[in-house]
Amino acid sequence: MIVRSPYETRQNVPREQPVPFSHEHHAGGLGIDCRYCHQTVETTAFAGIPPTKVCMNCHSEMWAVAPAVEPVRESYRSGRSLQWTRVHDLPGFVYFDHSIHIHKGIGCSSCHGRVDKMPLTWQAEPLTMEWCLDCHRHPEQHVRPRSEVFDMSYIAPGTQAQLGARLVKEYNIHSLTSCSTCHR
Amino acid sequence: MSYTDQDFVPLESLSGDLHDGDTPSRRRFLELMGASLAMAGAAGCTRMPTDFIMPYVEPPEHAVPGRPSYFATACLVNGVAEGIVAESHLGRPTKMEGNPGHPASLGATSVHAQACVLDLYDPDRAKQITEAGEVRAWEEFRIALQHSLAALEPGRGAGFYVLTDTSTSPSLGAQMTRLLEVYPRAKWHQYSPAGSHSASAGARLAFGRGVNTYYRLDRAEVILALDSDFLTRGTASTRYAHDYAERRRVSGPAGPMNRLYSVECEMTPTGGKAEHRLPLRYREIEDFARDLLAAVTGGAASGRHAQSVAAIAKDLLAHRGASAIIPGDAQTPAVHALAHAINGALGNTGSTVIHTDPLEVGDSDQTGSLWDLAAALDAGQVQLLLIMGGNPAYDAPADFGFGDKLTKAGNSIHVSSHPNETSALTRWIVPERHFLEDWGDARAFDGTVTILQPLILPLYNGRSRLEVLDAAMRPQPRTAHEIVRDYWSANAKVGDFESWWREALRKGFVAGSALPAITPAIGATPPPAQQNTNSGLDLVFRTDPYVFDGRYANNAWLQELPRPLSKLTWDNAVYLSPRTAARLGAHNDRLVEISHAGRSIRGAVWTSPGQADDTAIVYLGYGRKRAGSVGNSVGFDVFPLRQSQALWAVSGVQVRAVSGTNPLAVTRMHHAMEGRDLAIAVPVDTYRGDPDCIRKRVETPEKRDTLYPIWNYTGYAWGMSIDLTACVDCMACVIACQAENNIPVVGKDQVLVTREMHWLRVDTYYEGDPDSPAVRYQPVPCMQCEDAPCELVCPVGATVHSADGLNDMTYNRCIGTRYCSNNCPYKVRRFNFYLYNDWITEQLKLQRNPDVTVRSRGVMEKCTYCVQRIRETEIRSKDEDRFIRDGEIQTACQQACPTKAIVFGDINNPSNHVARLKADKRNYALLAELNTRPRTTYLAEIRNPNPEWKGSSGS
Repeated sequence: MIVRSPYETRQNVPREQPVPFSHEHHAGGLGIDCRYCHQTVETTAFAGIPPTKVCMNCHSEMWAVAPAVEPVRESYRSGRSLQWTRVHDLPGFVYFDHSIHIHKGIGCSSCHGRVDKMPLTWQAEPLTMEWCLDCHRHPEQHVRPRSEVFDMSYIAPGTQAQLGARLVKEYNIHSLTSCSTCHR
Repeated sequence: MSYTDQDFVPLESLSGDLHDGDTPSRRRFLELMGASLAMAGAAGCTRMPTDFIMPYVEPPEHAVPGRPSYFATACLVNGVAEGIVAESHLGRPTKMEGNPGHPASLGATSVHAQACVLDLYDPDRAKQITEAGEVRAWEEFRIALQHSLAALEPGRGAGFYVLTDTSTSPSLGAQMTRLLEVYPRAKWHQYSPAGSHSASAGARLAFGRGVNTYYRLDRAEVILALDSDFLTRGTASTRYAHDYAERRRVSGPAGPMNRLYSVECEMTPTGGKAEHRLPLRYREIEDFARDLLAAVTGGAASGRHAQSVAAIAKDLLAHRGASAIIPGDAQTPAVHALAHAINGALGNTGSTVIHTDPLEVGDSDQTGSLWDLAAALDAGQVQLLLIMGGNPAYDAPADFGFGDKLTKAGNSIHVSSHPNETSALTRWIVPERHFLEDWGDARAFDGTVTILQPLILPLYNGRSRLEVLDAAMRPQPRTAHEIVRDYWSANAKVGDFESWWREALRKGFVAGSALPAITPAIGATPPPAQQNTNSGLDLVFRTDPYVFDGRYANNAWLQELPRPLSKLTWDNAVYLSPRTAARLGAHNDRLVEISHAGRSIRGAVWTSPGQADDTAIVYLGYGRKRAGSVGNSVGFDVFPLRQSQALWAVSGVQVRAVSGTNPLAVTRMHHAMEGRDLAIAVPVDTYRGDPDCIRKRVETPEKRDTLYPIWNYTGYAWGMSIDLTACVDCMACVIACQAENNIPVVGKDQVLVTREMHWLRVDTYYEGDPDSPAVRYQPVPCMQCEDAPCELVCPVGATVHSADGLNDMTYNRCIGTRYCSNNCPYKVRRFNFYLYNDWITEQLKLQRNPDVTVRSRGVMEKCTYCVQRIRETEIRSKDEDRFIRDGEIQTACQQACPTKAIVFGDINNPSNHVARLKADKRNYALLAELNTRPRTTYLAEIRNPNPEWKGSSGS
């Protein structure tokens, strides 16, 4: 089906950015926590894209003259925002909330894939409604302990069936598939 | 998909037989359709355009993308403040809510407080400083102003005239005082076409001085409105409606209840709520007040309405100190003076009726003041005229000919939010900032001060009028922020000013700043006015409930908001009683010509049952020529007949039907219940005698008597209760819903074909005597039926039930068959026949609520119970591992409602407010016999008629 093909969904297509930012380097290599940059992921719907200031926290000291980082410095100097290309783009009538997914034990990598292995970031999953509902109908297959949410290398243990069932109960997870759960 | 399994739909996968058995599912059908479309080469039509994210460079403090911030400020109507809390999404003010601590709001809002945000983003606002049409910089203006004033310096300011509209701003008052010190021979005039002219003059008659009067209806058992629509019009109506309703809530068969009488010439929402209503002609109301004064001061009831006077007087005397006589702003000064006398005689003064010093800075006789200015213009004395706000070229009394005189000023400046009729005649136009862009201060009806704070940088090159005044006095003018701060640091008289300032801004009002009550000595009652023996009709002017004196004419929300009772949109009309209309041979929509003293106006007739006979009522504020793209040429201008000596009523006008019609766009054609129990009202004695009387009237089938599968809601079950005793038809709920839910306006032509988009309407029913009918108000949102007829007929499952019992409407599934709307017994669904939402104008996009989809053409929509608020609160509560607290979610209509008539919550928890109301014996469902099991139910209206009343109207 073409409508669900990566051509349509842009799944697995690395997206060009104003700065060749590498999650592989920052998250994978340096081990910077997701929340250092995506600061509101636990508290609001929007995970947050780091202000230029956050980049400059480090890049005023390291790679301070590297040409690749020049757009960041330019943004900081001029006060003009960097214009990042949105990699995970849901339609305007879909209201997704990061905080509740984190709170219910859905790991970053469950939806975003191994971001720590992406030099340029791409969308790892199709983000179709069918794909969303797959998990909303069977959360026990995907839920993980809250302590593991930000662990990129987390692999569901062989006991996921039991673990998932236990966590669904423990985290009070309801399989929400009402239309207005996401569409308002 | 069946009704019962929406929340746990079985997984459908693409694998397997496409023809699974005999019942191909709806989704399978869509999949096949989608596949064939794709294969037909339509691929790409759903691929989304590339989107961008632009983060802050350095984020402002506390800014969290996706979470709104709230700031307290105040919305001004005719200069008087109503406290609001403005919601802001990353610097965009989107929605106004009431400020629970502010005395004029108590958490609710007026219609204007809701609509003001649209004015901010109005693309027709004045955008640049101009001199004779040429764009100028602020510096150029400032220098030109100072040059002009320097020329007047030798004459100590002679020739400098300032005209402002009504203002309560202490900072502005201080600046004007200072200005008159700097230029002692300069003159300050004030004029607003509507407001407290009569109240002010009435106070001078009664007390010999200007006095502000307001009412404590929370202490009033008996209220008499003398041609006053205090529940829905005026600067304190939000508070009055609240206090009035609080004393009416019969929390059980026992409990006290107030009583409202109304004597009026117009049929107003307040009159509709009155237990007893007497329609009288405009001038007769003064006679009535005089007879009542005689009756409450020991005389016998006399006059044409002796029985009514006697009954009201007896009731009032039985509630000395706990009654209130409220005269209307549009009544004569004598009626105001008489009301003061009656209130004084009843001992109400100081208890239910509070007097204070005037709210307005420079309180004066405004008509006289404008006349002085007109005379000075005529005499060629005006070298420099600075007009701040207002629109006198449009709204000054017709006999002044003010527009023509305006051009006689040597130099003229208009500080105005919009380029209007007056700006067209002045040399300079200085765009005025919207209050959401500006610092300022203002007083509420009781004098409580609010410091206004900006939420957004000025969208255009706007200036505060405080700054313009400063530029007239200082070489280096201060900013509005500095002016307001300087004033209060000098006048707040507190030790720690910084804390005081921050606290005032945070709370949205200055605690304890209400003006102290005074007890002015009352003088002799005014002598009776000369009896008017003119033949012909009375022409009575009223402010429009929404566009007011015309200043809101360019606000499309207000233009399309149905006026109370008539439900008229996008027009004014000549309101006539049915009997008078019949006598004149005029029916609805028919044009009539009203002529008086050589001038005439033409407008379409709308008959208003309950209005006094031989009275034509027209609203100010229409027929604007330079209001903007929305307000231009809407309705007809009535100012040509408005004279300075008769601002509110003219006797002896000639009205005749002329050929032609103007189809009026009303949203309600039928006002009879046709014998059905839709909006139920019962007298309080009946209710007390048999509290089950309402249940007995409504046929409620058993839950099991249905073909729908039974579904039990075990979690949250959202429901709503609407108290008809409290609803006063103020329409704040409707416009709040519009602001919250990105509801478009459709325009007059579309309203004429019943395509208005409001998710909530307030139905009005007339009952009984057509000369003075009893009126019922009934807000009707989506009933959120548990067994919803709309859902069964949707071929694509675009409207289905949620787990918590909401009747969800999913726009992205809707294909626009409109079957759902056809099958809805309550007629609450709205269809986008065209692309009604403005997807082009950039400014208007800024107002939209980012949590609600902006609908496109071809989809159905309807009330969602503000599902965005429900889901947001659900998520926050789950994040905190707790249940949602009672009252934590308020729908937009509920939050705006002045009388708290609407209560929303989880009906599964019996201790919740809404669940308790649903257990009340007054609770009933609309069209319950259909067994749709609506989640929205009503509390029947209880009325408190006076058993001794023998007048023309019962309740």
